Amino acid sequence: MQMPEGLTPEKAEEIQERLGPALEQVSEYVVRTRNLRKTYQMGKVLVGALRGVDLDIKRGEYISIMGPSGSGKSTLFNMIGGLDKPTEGSVYINEVDLAQLDAYELAWLRCRTIGYIFQTFNLIPVMTALENVTLPMIFAGVPEDDRKERGIELLRRVGLGDRLHHKPAELSGGQQQRVAIARAFANDPSIILADEPTGNLDLKTGKEIIGLLKELNEEKGVTVISATHDLKMIDVSDRVIWIRDGVIARIEERSKLQVEAALAVEDALIEEGGNSQ
Amino acid sequence: MAEAIKERASRGPTRGEIRKQIQLPLSEAFRISWRYVTIRLGRSLITAGTIFLSVAFLMSVFTMVAAAKAAGQELDQPTIARYTWLVTMGFLICGVGIVNALLMSVTERFREIGTMKCLGALDSFIVRMFLIEAGLMGLFAALTGGLAGLLLMSAWSAFRAGFSVLGKMDWGWTGQGGGYGLLAYYLLSVALGMILSVIAAIIPAWRAASLQAADALRTEI
Ligand SMILES: Nc1ncnc2c1ncn2[C@@H]1O[C@H](COP(=O)(O)OP(=O)(O)OP(=O)(O)O)[C@@H](O)[C@H]1O
Ligand SMILES: [Mg+2]
Repeated sequence: MQMPEGLTPEKAEEIQERLGPALEQVSEYVVRTRNLRKTYQMGKVLVGALRGVDLDIKRGEYISIMGPSGSGKSTLFNMIGGLDKPTEGSVYINEVDLAQLDAYELAWLRCRTIGYIFQTFNLIPVMTALENVTLPMIFAGVPEDDRKERGIELLRRVGLGDRLHHKPAELSGGQQQRVAIARAFANDPSIILADEPTGNLDLKTGKEIIGLLKELNEEKGVTVISATHDLKMIDVSDRVIWIRDGVIARIEERSKLQVEAALAVEDALIEEGGNSQ
Repeated sequence: MAEAIKERASRGPTRGEIRKQIQLPLSEAFRISWRYVTIRLGRSLITAGTIFLSVAFLMSVFTMVAAAKAAGQELDQPTIARYTWLVTMGFLICGVGIVNALLMSVTERFREIGTMKCLGALDSFIVRMFLIEAGLMGLFAALTGGLAGLLLMSAWSAFRAGFSVLGKMDWGWTGQGGGYGLLAYYLLSVALGMILSVIAAIIPAWRAASLQAADALRTEI
């Protein structure tokens, strides 16, 4: 296979120079945003979905982004993940300004540095669990045997060792989200971005998914950034960033969080559900 | 400090790795495309069926004209006008049918295209995947469709005007009285079916691939 037009060995070298060191944890901050703004145009009306967000997220942190519906959580998710371009301001991933990256570098970043998890799971319906997990490794150029081995290992890790060859339609919502988590970890990313990962799951399954993300966060030292409505997330978060109308309303450190009461009530509910089965 | 940074940087991706990612082998694109065609067989058959029927219709019109010529039908002005009209309709029905089928089949996968972009697929890989898929489907459907149109219309002509007609038809590349024979028209129909399929798939796939990933993911149909 020939190199696609536009990519020369020099170019590949350049990508390595620009992203290589950055990928290797040079700075304390994995994600920084500066004066981040996003304005959508709806006919003649301009909607300011983000109106100046400054964030500094440290390596290994577990961050929850909370806020009412329409406050801009998903918009922020898209900006940090390089899935959409800001109207103004910058996003730095490992100190690299996303606006400076070309298409190859952006694909590289999405493939290796960031793992995405969605509310709707977004698995590829025609592929089995294992194929879904190995797909990002195909894009990363991992040889087939290694892909398979690592895919199986990841699916085992999320508790789906016996569901390798099931299609998404043959899995429950919680199981699909586990596959999506395994897929997000396929290329050992330094950031996991999740947009309402528990939004389509019941209370108990949601709690399991949150627990799994927390475990992986501690085990692999990966930074987890999760947009959510789910108050259960607060318990595992190092920091909670509350946003409202496209700006940060406040940031709470874990130590100051006062949610035990709310969570105790939820735990009781889950217990009840579990006992009555 | 500088030492430490340098040491970490040296553990970064190698040039070979980057190149491997970027020039994803064609075989990988081919495998994924093939899976799509076979696993969604029902859906593929509907799409391919439309291509099949479109090309079969076009080819049957060509065969009908050839049979009429072979039967010694007089090609006066109104007859020629009628056949021209039929051939034009043949082209149009073929074109609209194919474009519609592939447009649908790509549009319903915008979200998957968005997901693949999130997983690190290059736009060119996505476009290549659809190109292979549409090309494969177009080729099989057009080859068989053209043959079906040819055979059915030949049988019909033989039934109408006697088997002797078949012997007098121009099966080869050129016609006896000048012009082209059925082989040429068959190849034309197949090529048209395939080219239209590829174009009809590539344009929406390229549009989806060049969208921001967030927009491709958001697309609902
Ligand atoms: N593609 C778009 N076009 C126009 N407006 C948009 C678009 N995407 C988001 N918006 C607007 O931007 C604002 C923020 O939307 P966003 O999806 O980020 O909210 P959210 O916090 O994720 O909400 P939810 O909790 O309901 O998911 C909303 O007012 C929304 O209407
Ligand atoms: Mg949202």
